[in-house]
Amino acid sequence: MNPLTLCLLFSGALFAVGLAGALCRGNAILVLLGIELMLNAANLNFIAFWRYGPSGAGAAGPVFVLFALAVAAAEAAVGLALVIAVYRHQRNVRVAEAVRLKG
Amino acid sequence: MGLPVQHLWLIPALPLLAAVTGAFTPRRGRALAAGAAIAALAGALLLAGGALATALAAPAVHATANFAWFDLGVGQVRLGWLLDPLTAVMLVMVAAIGLLIFIFSLGYMRDDPNAARFFCFLSLFAAGMLGLVAANSLLQLFGCWETVGLASYLLIGFWFQRPAAAAAAKKAFLVTRLGDLALLLGLLWLHDASGTLLCYDGGAGCLEPAALAGLTGRTLAGGLLLSTAISLLVFGGAIGKSGQFPLHVWLPDAMEGPTPVSALIHAATMVAAGVFLLARVHPLLAADQAAAGAPLHALTVVAGVGALTAVLGAVLAVAQHDIKRVLAYSTISQLGYMTLAVGVGAWTAAIFHLLTHACFKALLFLGAGSVIHAAHHEQDIRRLGGLAARMRWTAATFAVGAMALAGVPFLFAGFWSKEAVLHAAAGWPVSGLPLVLGLAGVALTAFYMTRLMAEVFGGRARSPEAGHAHESPAVMTAPLVLLAAGAVLLGFIGTPAWPGLQSALTGAKLAPRPLLEGGSLMAASVLLVAAGIGAGWWAYFRRPRRDAAQRDPLAAAAPALWRALANRLSMDEAYAATVGRLTFWLAALADGFDRWVWGGAVRSVAALAEFAGGLGRQTDEDGLNAGFDGVSERLRESGRAYSRRQTGEAHGYLRALAVAFVVLVVLLIWGGGR
Repeated sequence: MNPLTLCLLFSGALFAVGLAGALCRGNAILVLLGIELMLNAANLNFIAFWRYGPSGAGAAGPVFVLFALAVAAAEAAVGLALVIAVYRHQRNVRVAEAVRLKG
Repeated sequence: MGLPVQHLWLIPALPLLAAVTGAFTPRRGRALAAGAAIAALAGALLLAGGALATALAAPAVHATANFAWFDLGVGQVRLGWLLDPLTAVMLVMVAAIGLLIFIFSLGYMRDDPNAARFFCFLSLFAAGMLGLVAANSLLQLFGCWETVGLASYLLIGFWFQRPAAAAAAKKAFLVTRLGDLALLLGLLWLHDASGTLLCYDGGAGCLEPAALAGLTGRTLAGGLLLSTAISLLVFGGAIGKSGQFPLHVWLPDAMEGPTPVSALIHAATMVAAGVFLLARVHPLLAADQAAAGAPLHALTVVAGVGALTAVLGAVLAVAQHDIKRVLAYSTISQLGYMTLAVGVGAWTAAIFHLLTHACFKALLFLGAGSVIHAAHHEQDIRRLGGLAARMRWTAATFAVGAMALAGVPFLFAGFWSKEAVLHAAAGWPVSGLPLVLGLAGVALTAFYMTRLMAEVFGGRARSPEAGHAHESPAVMTAPLVLLAAGAVLLGFIGTPAWPGLQSALTGAKLAPRPLLEGGSLMAASVLLVAAGIGAGWWAYFRRPRRDAAQRDPLAAAAPALWRALANRLSMDEAYAATVGRLTFWLAALADGFDRWVWGGAVRSVAALAEFAGGLGRQTDEDGLNAGFDGVSERLRESGRAYSRRQTGEAHGYLRALAVAFVVLVVLLIWGGGR
């Protein structure tokens, strides 16, 4: 089994864990954690393809990862702010209860 | 010390930087904004001098520095900088005149609370114009062209609290935009036909023989050559910008801006852009000359419009009472001469006249600004008068400018450049009419300038404002003196005996010809100038106006004609009656269409339903009501069904997202990764 396949398997597993967490956990913070895990699985793919893929030229992989990290940081900031706003309203952060905007 | 073409971008960049600085300067930071504007333009003037040295070292070369702006599919959009003698002399002229106007503005706008904004706009104006003349790509030129248009809008409407100024700014913007539309269409067509908008690109540019041959090789409907059609569209842009008939109506109204702005618009920047464009694309305009069978040559149209404008502007200038409006109509007339020169094939004469005119028209406008400043914003020449004794510097320099504009022989710049234009018109094989119109304009110009001098500076003060006038400060008179020197000396760069400017512009060493070349024509125009000045003296200087209400001697002689002229031949009213009314009728037509055709269709359906309902209770209840009830019930149901999907539960949404994602991935894999 070559290293690329190993990396892909690992990132696939990471993505599945993240997806499961995001879909099943009730706590908003844990949902956010799951999303971060999925993002990092994607980052891992970038790096793996850059390192072991056919065209290893340039720094496209790490650059993409840097961008993704920056976006993830912004997303985490917004997400946590939302979580705090939700907490102020309903005194907990359970996603299932945040249905007040239901149309 | 030369400036290579690679660094040419610095020249427009400096005033642009000053404009940005000015934009971020608070209102009280007027010294910073003015200092930045003047320093930037002084730097640009130095660099332009370097560029001139480079260009004169190799006058026949079109030095370019092209670069790719962005990739568009398989093609590239390329821009570039161009340095040849035409660009270089324009750069020096714009920077020099602009600098003097900026310095003058220090005095003129001293009491204005928004001077920082004023200098910001002035810098933007100068940056646009400098970028325009240095552009190698017609697309880039168009961008700068619009920047100039925007800056002129902002400056004409600088005192936007005054309704007249706001209306004038809007008018200038909209009227010139009409010409710009033609220019844009022409550029798009040119790009479509030749595949590039770069003027010079090592043989592949759109003004070089290969592309021009392609343009003249295609004919459109009616035997019109493709190059003629594109040329006429491009000329449409110049008509708007350079105030040619029939789009000249914005120029006199542009007087509502502060006077330095008028000077800048009328001398160095805005209106010069149109003539410069014609000179720049002259190879394109002249491309159809060789085609003998063409039904229409582009340059014939250009010459006709120019000659008509030259005489029309001069006629209208005779009957104006506002000092700045007289000058505005004279600008229109002089621009007509330049366009005429391009039309008869002498674009070097057009640029010569452009340069000298820029100098003495800036002088005249700044002189008028000095008068207006001293007379507490009194602009009506009937209420001025007697200022020669009170404002000696202004009066003397204004007289120099007036004589240069009138074409007083031998000493003044306007004489030599106007003679060059008339000489070219005399040699035009197509028709003698432009020459006749041009000569008529010469006499009229001499006449109205004499009238203006007599009314403003002669006689006695006819209002308390004029009576209390005193000389403007040195910061305003010093630019006047410098410009007056230019109005004399600038003529000697292009006399027939030493055609230095023409040699540089064409890139070929021209042999000197006798100084008084074409003696009979020159004698005729000198006689006409003398006649014009003599008539002006007889009518205005001999018996100066005594009070503001006294009738003009010409008005007494021919009241109907005078009224028509003073009314500007009702050109604005004519536009309101034709274009304005046409727009109104089109809107009314659309309104009627909407009201009667579409509304009628809707109403007839309603009437039909009403009629069916009236037939009987049965049709009403079973047919109509049931039908409408059914439709609304179904709408309500589907709305409910959709609203059930929107649970508000984040997990539900996430799940849908995940499922959709999986489906997408599976589809992509099945599709073979494509």
